[in-house]
Parts: sequence; C-alpha cells; structure tokens
Amino acid sequence: MEIERAGEILAVIALDPSRVSGGAPIFFAENNEQQFAVALILARILGGTVHDLENGVCVVTRH
Amino acid sequence: MNYALTVITAALAGFLARWYMLRRDYRQYPSYPQGWAIHLFLGFIGGLIGAIIVPAFLEKEFAALSFLLLAASQFREVRKVERDTLEAMESTEMVKRGTAYIEGIARVFETRNYLAIWVALGVSLVFEFFAWLGPWRVLPAALAGLILAVLLNQLMQGKQIGDLARVQIVPLKFENSMLVVGPKYMTNIGLAEAREVFVKRGLAAVIQPSGPNAKATLANVGQMQAIAHDVASMVGIYMDVDEQEYTPLVRRDSDTGNLYLVMIPSEQNRDAFLAAIRRVPVLEGAVRKPLTSLPGKMVD
Repeated sequence: MEIERAGEILAVIALDPSRVSGGAPIFFAENNEQQFAVALILARILGGTVHDLENGVCVVTRH
Repeated sequence: MNYALTVITAALAGFLARWYMLRRDYRQYPSYPQGWAIHLFLGFIGGLIGAIIVPAFLEKEFAALSFLLLAASQFREVRKVERDTLEAMESTEMVKRGTAYIEGIARVFETRNYLAIWVALGVSLVFEFFAWLGPWRVLPAALAGLILAVLLNQLMQGKQIGDLARVQIVPLKFENSMLVVGPKYMTNIGLAEAREVFVKRGLAAVIQPSGPNAKATLANVGQMQAIAHDVASMVGIYMDVDEQEYTPLVRRDSDTGNLYLVMIPSEQNRDAFLAAIRRVPVLEGAVRKPLTSLPGKMVD
C-alpha cells in the first residue's frame, strides 16, 4: 500500500539555534519581523503555507 | 410495416429528453458548446436504441433486440470518459472537487443516457399502441414522452445540504496563530498579514445536521470536499495558486457532528455564502442511513 503524507515540512525558520536540529532545511533569523519575512518568501517560492509553532519557531509546509 | 415514423419520433423524444436534462444542470458542466455536443449526440444514440426496441420486438427480430441491449451496455463507457476528463482537470482546480464528487458527476451522466433510452422506449410503445389513430398518435406519444422525462428527472433529483442541515454564520477569531471557528480549531496561520485578511474578509459557517442520518452523511470526507469546492465555485474565492493559506477549510466537530466551513470569498456577502452552502448537492455515494439498522436505532 502506498502511504501518502498529508503534509510535509519544507523549511524551518528559527530564532534560537538551540531549539532546532536535523531534518528539514533550517534558516535562522535575527528577530520576529525578519523571521516572518523569510517565512513568507520561502512559502511563496515553495508553494507552501507558514505555520507558527508559537515557541519562536515557524515552519513552511505543503499540504 | 413501416416503422420510420415511430423510430424518428421516439429517437427525437429521447434526444429532447437528454437536452431537457442538460438544461437543468447549474454547474456549467458539461461545458458549452463541446461538452453539450458530446452529450446531445450520445442522447440521440440512446434515443435511437430505445426507439428501435419496440419495432424490433413487433417484428420478432430477437437477434436485433439482443444487439440493441448490447449497444446499451456501451453507455457504461460514458461514466469512464467523464471520470477521466474530470480527473485530468482536477489539477487545474484551485479548490479540488475530490474523487467522491467526480464519481457522483460521472454516474449522473451515465444515468441520464439511460433515462433518454427509457423516454424513447416509452414514446415508441405509446406510438405503436395508438397505431389506429394514424398520424395523430404523435399527440399521445409526445404527452407520454413529456410526462416520462419530467417524472424521471424529478425522481433523479438528489438532495441538497439545505435539506439535511441548518446553516448559520459563525464568527471566526484567532487565538494567537490558531484560526478558531466556534469551538473548532481549524488550522494554524503563521503570517500576520494572512490573519488580517481572514479577519477582514473571511466568512465562516456552521452546518448542523438535522438528525443521525444527516450526521453520518455529512461525516463523509468526499462530501466535505464537495462543499468546499462548490461553495468556492459559486461565490468565488480570494486566493492565488501560491497562497495555500487561503484554501477553504471544512472541519468536523467530533462532539456534535457539526461541520465548520471557513473561506475567503471574493465578495463578503453573507446571504450569498449561506445560500451557496445550502445548494451544495448531497453526494449519492456519501449518503448513510444508520437509523435503518437496529444498532443505529439503539444508539439514537
């Protein structure tokens, strides 16, 4: 049986390097504003959606 | 004997019946004019098959009859063709129809050809039955065709969401980045700009099923997708291909069985939004009737 993933994390944009590791490409930002600016650009490039994990990390996913 | 008039009248009746059923479709599918031409032609062929059955029987041409029945089975292909077309076009839809909806549409198109055959067969029967009337038998035959076409079409009319459920506007709000509609957490919207668009232009509604049967029917994922697609195609949608966060969402509240729909229509017209939801067809494949079973009655 083929398993289809509902969503996929394409990129992780974080403020604090100690909170993230492994897996998807990780981008770091200086502050909140820059974090969401980077997230928006990545989302538009990749055709994804920005989700805020509310712990200083946000991810770009494709559904 | 000369059956030319019988065959022409009955085939024409089948063709007209198919035309009548095409006119009743509000979704602009099949497309106009090519899609129409395809289905009118198929309707004509169906009408011809139905028309020839009676003369073939009267002339005791049973071999011809068998071939006609064989030809009728070819209409199964119609369903496949419709399904393939819709599936091929699915990737070009901003909001997907979903496989359940596609299957439903394909089935309707197959059925309507059979209805055209029924109408032609009925007209042909009445035409031969009133043979003693001479050319005037066109009148009872036409009447029979009209009644059959309207009746069959009425019987084939499916229900709409408005028949199964109460639909009301509910306010939408954000708890930090979570989009909340009523008691339901719909999704997480990360971008502040997107949240602003939702607050300013978004609309949300609750669809409350009227009973256990409706509740089970609305729990079908295909039905939920069909609601999103049809409402988006009726009231228009505010999104571009790369703006996934504005995709309409339908979620089910496990406690009550209520569905929650949130979307950003191109115009913020609440009445149009509600009317669109009520008009979404209930998919034949989604209908469940748990109340007809003993365990279903026990849990009610």
